[in-house]
Amino acid sequence: MTNPVTLPDPVTLPDPMTLWHPVATMLDLPHRHIFHGQLLGREVAIWRADDEFINVWENRCLHRGVRLSIGTNDGTELTCRYHGWRYSNRSAGCTYIPAHPADAPARTICNRTFAAVEQYGLVWSGEDPIGEPPTVASLDDGTPFTLRNLPVNAPSQIVLDQLRQHRFQPVASLDTDDAEMTATEINDYALSLTSTGTNTAESSTVVFFVQPVDSDRSVIRAVLTEAPAEVAQLAVLRHHAAALGKLVIAAEAAAAQMPLPEPMQATINQVSLALSVMPEPMLDRQAPLRVQVARKWTTARDIAGFELVSVGDPLPTFQPGAHIDVHLPNGLVRQYSLTNGPGDTSRYRIGVKLEANSTGGSQCLHDTVREGDVLAISEPRNNFPLRRDSLRTVLIAGGIGVTPMLAMAQALKPMGLAFELHYFAQADEHLAFEEIRAGLGDAVITHVGLSPDETGAELARLLDGYGHANQVYICGPGPMLEAARTIATAADWPDQAVHFEYFKNTTEIDDSSSFEIALARSAVNLQVPAGKSILEVLRDHGIAMPSSCEQGACGTCVVPVMEGEIEHQDVHLKQSERDAGDKIMTCVSRAVSDRLVLDI
Amino acid sequence: MRTALTTTVATTCTDPIILNQWHPLLPLDEMATDHPGTAVLLGERLSYQLDANGAPAVWLTADVDATPLPVLVEYLYVWTCLGSPPDELFAIPEFSEPDRRNVHGGTIGVHVSAPRAIENFLDMGHFPYVHTDVLGVEPHTEVAEYDVHIDPETNDVWATDCIFYQPRASTTSTEGQMSDYLYRVPHPYCVILYKTTPLFEDRMDVIALFCRPVDDDQIQAHMFLSLLDPDNSDTVIRKFQQGIFGQDKPILENQYPKLLPLDPRAETPIRADKIAIAYRRWLSDLGVTYGVIPVSPTSVSMTS
Repeated sequence: MTNPVTLPDPVTLPDPMTLWHPVATMLDLPHRHIFHGQLLGREVAIWRADDEFINVWENRCLHRGVRLSIGTNDGTELTCRYHGWRYSNRSAGCTYIPAHPADAPARTICNRTFAAVEQYGLVWSGEDPIGEPPTVASLDDGTPFTLRNLPVNAPSQIVLDQLRQHRFQPVASLDTDDAEMTATEINDYALSLTSTGTNTAESSTVVFFVQPVDSDRSVIRAVLTEAPAEVAQLAVLRHHAAALGKLVIAAEAAAAQMPLPEPMQATINQVSLALSVMPEPMLDRQAPLRVQVARKWTTARDIAGFELVSVGDPLPTFQPGAHIDVHLPNGLVRQYSLTNGPGDTSRYRIGVKLEANSTGGSQCLHDTVREGDVLAISEPRNNFPLRRDSLRTVLIAGGIGVTPMLAMAQALKPMGLAFELHYFAQADEHLAFEEIRAGLGDAVITHVGLSPDETGAELARLLDGYGHANQVYICGPGPMLEAARTIATAADWPDQAVHFEYFKNTTEIDDSSSFEIALARSAVNLQVPAGKSILEVLRDHGIAMPSSCEQGACGTCVVPVMEGEIEHQDVHLKQSERDAGDKIMTCVSRAVSDRLVLDI
Repeated sequence: MRTALTTTVATTCTDPIILNQWHPLLPLDEMATDHPGTAVLLGERLSYQLDANGAPAVWLTADVDATPLPVLVEYLYVWTCLGSPPDELFAIPEFSEPDRRNVHGGTIGVHVSAPRAIENFLDMGHFPYVHTDVLGVEPHTEVAEYDVHIDPETNDVWATDCIFYQPRASTTSTEGQMSDYLYRVPHPYCVILYKTTPLFEDRMDVIALFCRPVDDDQIQAHMFLSLLDPDNSDTVIRKFQQGIFGQDKPILENQYPKLLPLDPRAETPIRADKIAIAYRRWLSDLGVTYGVIPVSPTSVSMTS
């Protein structure tokens, strides 16, 4: 049965690029599947994340063009089969490039996304759709039931033409062949057909949406407006599959009489100029170690624990109080204290607090980094050394500041040195690393839910009565740290006995001055202009400088000063060290005098 | 299925660089004296047969006079040319070493352009993902910095100092090893790999991929091996190579576009792709247009 075919004049059709089209049924998107779809000549990878968000992406990895639909959907990210690049749910931003754990470029690699809306059991998308997907009153008011979709090797308008003559039976009388058909046009890619039984007067309505896959291919997506009773569903599905099967044969026969249309050409966007050039290796900050995330777990509310095992040589030893730089897949570098006890170099353990206003560091570790990933880290550095010759050691931790304290406490305990670890937290669920604390027994005292005033009073009580060879170590949020330092000074603790580590430097750094630095050992004079740090100037001249936080908190970039007056802008040095004027944090501090002579 | 037909229509090659190359037709020992065979090269159907003296002859199937095309027998294969070929093929001196096993590892058809297949052969980053537990394994995913240069005399592209951890690098491996690789591209559609062997410290296995371009987006890929492996049978060696290539084939056939884009802004390189970038530039500099999407003048102005 071939019908004479007249193609509508394509000029009269609205631009299909601006319309919403169905690209999949919800049944095509089972848990953690990736559906390979196509619309208007463009291939798309369609996948549903565990948060139910439906992603419609260009079906192509930006790296080497491999179809993402042959990759894996792990519920939050899509991984390319070829090189393991991972792309995030929703944003389609690339989050991990396994070939370069150390110098992952700090640049945004983002796949192309298309709009996606679920309606009537179908996923709707489009190249550049305007407004909303079409609404159909009979589906809005009914209980839509998706029929099996049918691919057709025919242009969508030939399929529509065939559908106008399509026949099926109402659900109540599938076995007869005498129903009255009425058609209602919805738009250029959709129509509604109602079948009314002559005897029973019962009717069924099916809405047909035709997806233009390419110039010569379509998919018929049909939705019955009223879901049949469950026992009848199989028979209904069979009835429509058989009827539409005949329609497909007729449409393909009609299409075969037409000249083959030119295939649609989907344009693939060029990558940005910045992405098209090979990135330079990041040599400034050293990250010689490669570790794999062996375990990631929630150790307290908003705090993730990470166990890192070496991928190559055994991990180097470390001292209590030490931290590592973690180079993140998004190009950021963050410092985390080791919580390990002495001698435990089989793995490094760190705790990462999810910062409410994270600039991408803690968020990346919480959301993106997962078990099995490879990270580049620095060797452990200790800018917070623990004295092990004291009669009494007071460890004061606020929140995530507990991490270096846990390492210190585990070092002191087997030595039999008297210590107490005071752990301040907002609530019980914020207390982290219970398994380590359990091993420290009564030496750990938690202080939960105190107001700032109550915290101050508690600190005053703890620091009352300085004695010979007493040491206090403090790590926590800035205000608590300031309060503890003030209280310790008031309680006659000498500056040398008060040790602290800031999370970050909140000082506003003034880099407007310009001055000269003389490098005494290498007999070189360099100019530090406004807007550049001493550290940057040294590196610009090929001097390898260690650094870590680069904000004046960690103390890694310290350099001895022989002459000149220093403008200290760090939070690492103690007041007595500042007063001595013989060292400088080169990442933030500058000169008051015209010239500094550095002992390097 | 009219759409399927359109993909099999041959694209006739007009690229003089490619027309004037030697192309590997098939292994010599697959040619017979008693009957001709046919194969497609650059969209042209060719017939071939051994003559009474055992010498190979190749001609255009459509040519009623059966005018012989240029023929060369080298490295186990019969090479031919549709244009004016160079006097010699690139040199692989290891082929003549007496203790080498020279093995044809098999021919596999792949629906992709030859340059895409060559670029995949030059790539270490996919080992842990595509050749899991053989040529790579997680977490050993890092591609260390390596060097790339173009030999000023031969104009071959080289990658040197390539190092990668491999759980089972070859048929002679008994344990994981850090493999040293050298890559060499002496021909737009041929690539050679020199690789550490567990048996010798100062000699390397040679593994090459010689692609016959059936069309601009279809190849027959011949795997040639010159190995220092006295123990394993040809069958074991072939199975190993075919197993590896069988893992690459579905990846290659899912690359889009099938032609290699030479515009730097078509895809996103990372440092591991240094050799691939060099290969793409080299193809551009040679002026190759077949099997690739050449850089368009507009995109040149955007990148310069």
